[in-house]
Amino acid sequence: MSDTAPDTLVGNPNADTLLTVEGLNGWYGESHVLHGIDFDVSAGEVVTLLGRNGAGKTSTLSAIMGLLGKRTGSVRFGGTETIHLQPRHIARLGIALCPEERGIFSSLNVEENLMLPPRIADGGLTVERIYQLFPNLLERRRSQGTKLSGGEQQMLAIGRILRTGARLLLLDEPTEGLAPVIVQHIGETVRALKKEGFTIVLVEQNLRFAASVADRHYVVEQGRVIDMIPNTALDQNIDKLHGYLGV
Amino acid sequence: MFELLGIAPQVLMGQLLLGLINGSFYAVLSLGLAVIFGLLNIINFAHGAQYMMGAFVAWMLLNYLGIGYWPALILAPLVVGATGVLLEKLALSRLYKLDHLYGLLLTFGVAVILQGFFRNYYGISGLPYQIPAAMAGGQNLGFMFLPNYRAWIVVASVIVCLGTWFMIEKTRLGAYLRAATENPALVGAFGINVPRMITLTYGFGAALAGFAGVLAAPIYAVNPNMGADMIIVVFAVVVIGGMGSIIGAIITGYGLGLVEGLTRVFYPEGSAVVIFVIMAIVLLVKPEGLFGRAA
Repeated sequence: MSDTAPDTLVGNPNADTLLTVEGLNGWYGESHVLHGIDFDVSAGEVVTLLGRNGAGKTSTLSAIMGLLGKRTGSVRFGGTETIHLQPRHIARLGIALCPEERGIFSSLNVEENLMLPPRIADGGLTVERIYQLFPNLLERRRSQGTKLSGGEQQMLAIGRILRTGARLLLLDEPTEGLAPVIVQHIGETVRALKKEGFTIVLVEQNLRFAASVADRHYVVEQGRVIDMIPNTALDQNIDKLHGYLGV
Repeated sequence: MFELLGIAPQVLMGQLLLGLINGSFYAVLSLGLAVIFGLLNIINFAHGAQYMMGAFVAWMLLNYLGIGYWPALILAPLVVGATGVLLEKLALSRLYKLDHLYGLLLTFGVAVILQGFFRNYYGISGLPYQIPAAMAGGQNLGFMFLPNYRAWIVVASVIVCLGTWFMIEKTRLGAYLRAATENPALVGAFGINVPRMITLTYGFGAALAGFAGVLAAPIYAVNPNMGADMIIVVFAVVVIGGMGSIIGAIITGYGLGLVEGLTRVFYPEGSAVVIFVIMAIVLLVKPEGLFGRAA
């Protein structure tokens, strides 16, 4: 399937492409998890990676960030090839990851967690703006990071990468295990961030949430991108998509 | 009260002071070990040798270059720290992908080489190092005589311990360090140069040992074996405090120095082993140490 699909998936000549992933292969130790991921993201766009558990969505984000043990292929960000760069150099180009397990540091309080990622460029949100997006964090800024509720930890994990000036945010399942009202809050936040000009790649299991925030959806299966569905064409393709996701 | 116990207050206070001074060394040394272990996950067996090096560098600065105690208090730790940076860059950094045991073996080997080197050139009889003139003499406190230099050791160690604690727990740099201790990959993914931080942390830990060595030079003879004798006790202190706990290392260091001093008053025969007895009990009752976090 991947042999025929990519041509229609990659390359959107009308838009200003920020991220281009081509033929990305990735390994965790000996285990080959990505088998040629192809997709691109335009500046200011929100795209999702959808797929079943173990399809390779989280691995794709890790590979973009340079966190897999080994990766080959091409990941170009704003015209720069990053495939041979260390994670810290990739971060300095303007990519920031909000990991699935959230990665809140227990030996740091909320404010220290928030202030941890260094500023890499101008144009990040101010701390005041972040506290405005997530008022809970302001109230609890002296608490130990891991004493927060799951939803608050998610807000902190998203909030801390908004300060740095990174233009591309990789959000790994930000709604996983959260109450509907918090999912809604995170959805509003993602839409607000899009308005502020952030480009976002979102890994999601929650199709309703994905549909409420994204411009396009890439479907990942067995370490490959097998389809792309624009959000506007979601209704026509919903049966096909349910087939992919096995719902 | 003293009469009831049949102990002269001079004896008690004298031993407590001695305990506090030993505790000062325990605290500074176990603090360095804790800082290194926290980020590098390596038990730095070279720590005793780095302490000895600090004393030797101070002695060399004085005898070869005529540089006295006070500049040496800054310079010797810098020299020892720089050798630590080299050691980390050239050797330790190549071992992180292997089992931690290899780091321990490497630092143990380095310790043996360093001791052998100094033993070969300076012998084991010990070299004298004068107490700095400004710290000669002492104060009569009424119940005991307090030598100025011994008071200075306690003050200097408290300053260094509190300064290190403050830097790690209350500053931005310390937040990087704590975060990298928990999840170095993620900290790197934020754009922070974690390998450089690890190198500097090892250098800083070694410099702390060097600082303790300079403090020790005027009261213990400068001797190639001085570190080997000290480090065994300091490892016990670290185990009791909890591996990697900063505040645990400091409090346990002073506390156990005092306990040792008290034991010397009430049961002198036990003073050499009391710390190890406590270590055994702590390992049985609370294996992660008094201040350690359960794994």
